[in-house]
Amino acid sequence: MPFLLDVASWVLLSLGGAFVFIGGVGALRMPNLYTRMHAASLTDTMGAVLIIAGVMLQAGASLATIKLAAILLFLLLTSPTASNALASAALLAGLRPGDTAAPHEDRGE
Amino acid sequence: MIVLFGIFLLTLMVITALAIVQTQHLFVAVILAGIFSLLMAANFFLLDAADVALTEAAIGAGISTVLFLGALALTAEHERAASANRLLALGVVAVTTLIVIYATFDKPRFGDPEAPVHQHVAPWYLERTPETIDIPNVVTAVLASFRGYDTLGEVFVVLTAGIGVLFLFGAKPRRKAGPPRLAAHEPGDGLRHYLIPRVVGRLLIPFILLFGLYVQFHGEYGPGGGFQAGAIVAAAVILYALLEGEAQALRVLPQRLLNGLIAGGALLYGAVGVAGMLLGGSFLDYSVLTANPVTGQHIGILLIEVGVGITVTGVLISVFHAFAARGRV
Amino acid sequence: MALALVRALLGPSVYDRVLAANMFGTKTVLLLAVIAFLYGRPDFLDLALAYALINFIGVLAVLEFIRRRAITSAADHNTGS
Repeated sequence: MPFLLDVASWVLLSLGGAFVFIGGVGALRMPNLYTRMHAASLTDTMGAVLIIAGVMLQAGASLATIKLAAILLFLLLTSPTASNALASAALLAGLRPGDTAAPHEDRGE
Repeated sequence: MIVLFGIFLLTLMVITALAIVQTQHLFVAVILAGIFSLLMAANFFLLDAADVALTEAAIGAGISTVLFLGALALTAEHERAASANRLLALGVVAVTTLIVIYATFDKPRFGDPEAPVHQHVAPWYLERTPETIDIPNVVTAVLASFRGYDTLGEVFVVLTAGIGVLFLFGAKPRRKAGPPRLAAHEPGDGLRHYLIPRVVGRLLIPFILLFGLYVQFHGEYGPGGGFQAGAIVAAAVILYALLEGEAQALRVLPQRLLNGLIAGGALLYGAVGVAGMLLGGSFLDYSVLTANPVTGQHIGILLIEVGVGITVTGVLISVFHAFAARGRV
Repeated sequence: MALALVRALLGPSVYDRVLAANMFGTKTVLLLAVIAFLYGRPDFLDLALAYALINFIGVLAVLEFIRRRAITSAADHNTGS
């Protein structure tokens, strides 16, 4: 039984790591801010769920698991909100979703 | 394994630092500075210094970024070209660097168990703490009790910094007869019109406050204590101010209350010290506070940490308001 | 994390960098949680929690900053300054 838990947790951790890596690559290679944000936030959240679940399995039933659950809940709530806020900020500053040529930052802002 | 990770972090830090110096766009510099602080906190974490890592993360990576953005809103966003003689500055830096590197040749190797600090200082504290103070977190024991004077000094430094900022920024600028305001949105609104951040933020504020209290009182058992807790509670109030606008936040926690907090925390710390004197011991001797010296230590540490937390909270919130309330009107 | 840093350094616009900073923060939280575990120090989870919330507040501060700047510059344009 403990062996099964270990295997499960390693699988979760690796999957989570893979998602995080994919997110990083996406953030680099996508052409536009909005698409990058899409890549980054989706994979971030999924990766976070998998990684924390993996660590929770290792922790067993203890105070640490409750803290991990709190961190997970917090990340689930705030990560998408932060992406929303960032997208609002970009829209407000005039960056349109269709632009591929991103404006150079010294735009006199 | 840890060494590899440490090298990775330090490399990232050097790259970030170079980028900060090189960029001319100050907003970018602020964001990169936040990343730098985070890398530093991770580094402290690797070195097993959890209290310092927590403080660096809370203040350096979070509150400093917010305060820098507030300052940026009041000033320009691009750095003016440097006018001083670059070659002279480079020379001074190079000489100083060489001197510092030369000085490190005499230091014992990092983590060397034969070093004097590990022979005399550390074991003394490690032995004394269970008998005299009996709390698991030796860092808090040293900070709050064995080296209580230093911490008293730190609280007064924070107090002075707060007073300094309030002197400089406290006077309200006379409102210029300004241009007619954009119809729907006022600057003082905060993020009121953005529903998603607002709802989620308001939901989280009580939990953040609770977490701040947890860190404050848990400082004796794990990483935590007054400075970190003060930063976290201030972060919660700043979040409220960001979401609802500073005018609203000032209505909830008026400046007079904040001034009271700033002075009150330091006063509490001093009062505990004086109480020790009045009860027969020396200044800041907690053992005489109650019949059982160990309990006296616990109570003393608890009270001074609360004092530290209160002052730090008051100062950080006041500094935020000083910048934010001054936006171009 | 290195990838996010590269984006932070390169990102043509400022918002890319903020996005990268936010991502960086989240990855750090995760990393801290995992390491805290691997090295048997469960109390370090407090650190991860504190950082997650600080990261969030930072992004909201950026939004507020942009918003203010947009309003004041729009007001300036309206009066033709």
